[in-house]
Amino acid sequence: MAQVNLRKLVKNYDETPAVRGIDLDIPDKEFVVLVGPSGCGKTTTLRMIAGLEDITDGEVVIGEDVVNDVPPKDRNIAMVFQNYALYPHMTVHENMSFGLRLKKVPKEEINSRVDNAARILGLVDLLNRKPKQLSGGQRQRVAMGRAIVRDPKVFLFDEPLSNLDAKLRVQMRTEIKKIHQKVRTTTVYVTHDQVEAMTLADRVVVMNAGRIEQVGAPNELYHSPKTQFVAGFIGSPAMNMIPCQLEQAANGLSLTLNGSIRFEISPERTSRYKGHVGSRTLLAGLRPEHLIEQRPHLEPGQQAFEAAPEVVEPMGNETLVFFPVNGADVCARVDPGCGARPGAPLKLVADLRHLHLIDSATGRVL
Amino acid sequence: MKGERKRALYWSYFFLILFAVFFLTPPLYMLITSLKSSAEIGAVTNPWWVYNPTLDNYKALLTSESYLTFFRNSAMVSVIVVIVTMLISIPAAFALARMKFWGSTTLATGVFLTYLIPETLLFIPLFKIFAWFNDTFDISLMNHWWVLVIIYPTLTVPFCTWIMIGYFASIPKELDEAALIDGAGYFQMLIKIFIPVALPGIIAATIFAFTVSWADFLYPMAFTTSADQMVLPAGIVTTLIKGDVYAWGQIMGACLLGAMPPLLIYAFLMDYYIAGLTAGATKG
Repeated sequence: MAQVNLRKLVKNYDETPAVRGIDLDIPDKEFVVLVGPSGCGKTTTLRMIAGLEDITDGEVVIGEDVVNDVPPKDRNIAMVFQNYALYPHMTVHENMSFGLRLKKVPKEEINSRVDNAARILGLVDLLNRKPKQLSGGQRQRVAMGRAIVRDPKVFLFDEPLSNLDAKLRVQMRTEIKKIHQKVRTTTVYVTHDQVEAMTLADRVVVMNAGRIEQVGAPNELYHSPKTQFVAGFIGSPAMNMIPCQLEQAANGLSLTLNGSIRFEISPERTSRYKGHVGSRTLLAGLRPEHLIEQRPHLEPGQQAFEAAPEVVEPMGNETLVFFPVNGADVCARVDPGCGARPGAPLKLVADLRHLHLIDSATGRVL
Repeated sequence: MKGERKRALYWSYFFLILFAVFFLTPPLYMLITSLKSSAEIGAVTNPWWVYNPTLDNYKALLTSESYLTFFRNSAMVSVIVVIVTMLISIPAAFALARMKFWGSTTLATGVFLTYLIPETLLFIPLFKIFAWFNDTFDISLMNHWWVLVIIYPTLTVPFCTWIMIGYFASIPKELDEAALIDGAGYFQMLIKIFIPVALPGIIAATIFAFTVSWADFLYPMAFTTSADQMVLPAGIVTTLIKGDVYAWGQIMGACLLGAMPPLLIYAFLMDYYIAGLTAGATKG
């Protein structure tokens, strides 16, 4: 077990930068998820930790040692690949024990470690099968087993669930979490799926264009995003970002969404927002669940308005309502029983306690 | 849809039968001729029928010292050439497919280009090299069966390397990365992962190398002269054609017998060749 530290990590492919100076400290036993869109540098970062990619600049530290020039096999890591990368000519048992056999670990110990991992992963009956006789989920479990038996300092996962169907993905996600709770090995997990990131991680690292946008616990990222990118990336359906104007009113500040709906800004936010009155680059960030159907009593911070739904998507437990605000598409999450219909006016409530005012010029949340 | 499929099948059978007839007629004719006596071959009768079948030609061949020597030489040359070719081609293809180094792509293309130079252009320069070798080191490379073991790889190594580069490149890169992380060095990766996984490609290359070294005619004709050093293709024409006397029955029989080993190897290895061994390695 060990901590992992990345110090000013840079990777350039020829002249193209892929990772532009990353600083990240991952304490022992933590489950960290690197998440971001394709090409954000998350996989490259992981591969640099693994030693599969040369480091252009900066340092990777595993435990106490700088491992920049240490080959992958001596870093004491284990990696699970997106496409499993099982050895097709070996049985499950041989696949899992390959690394140990190379290290000349005694046979009894190999068998006991493989059996133990097989028990954790539910692979006991499959040990003599070849990979082609296994389903996708089973193959992925074998790939994890191969990592577990080596008892590494760090687990690296490179989008391990991307090749599985939706149902299996949810199931395996829970299993990975369970395994981490049992094995407690420092884990770095790469995914482009923010739901996976949120559900698995102790801390989520959101990356964009080779840089870290924000690091934090899942709920922290969700409720207090620091940048426009994080606000838009985390959460599904994505946060509504509506162009808005901030104005000085008689009793404080007021916010007008796209020249149409007008809200008052609560006094405790006034001082924070004051300097941006009149700015033309502001966006009001409101998550769909903070735009709900009107209820008999408004809570403090909630303000009512009327919407004209264009599309209504029933999801069973909730209904998504899409309506325009002067041309900007906005999504609200309402109760299925509130009778939302396309074309019929609907009374909604905005919970402004969860408003994120974003300056699109700087990309920062104010 | 069903009718369309049926029509496609009819056409494929039509062409398959056409090709089978086209390619099987010469061996059939060889078989018929090999079962005839010289007198019957010379007589004006239906050439597609054997009136007095005889195994005399085969008896003569299988009791002839020189024919068995040709056979043995051919077998030795082919087996050794296959081994030498694989020992060179597999590591070369592995290096060119996997270890990205400066100029590796150009080198891979270069390897293939050398294969495109026909042997008819090469045997004269090779002659000169042998002569120089003889003058310089006083070692004669002419007229030894084993010299073919040195020459044939110039034909087999480039082509085998080329087809194996293609095959190795099709093996998912994650497989070697997984092996690297599991603690394998490049050599272990080659032996324990690449060779087993790439077996179909290696078998294809083996079949090719064996066929080339078994059937090549020009080099043994040019570089071996005495009967005890010859391989089959050269031996058959030099010993069974005396002046303008052609022992047709024996020539045909000798060629048919000579075609057996490659045929057996094809039959034996084809199953392995077709089976895709990478199934199950990755998603798919």
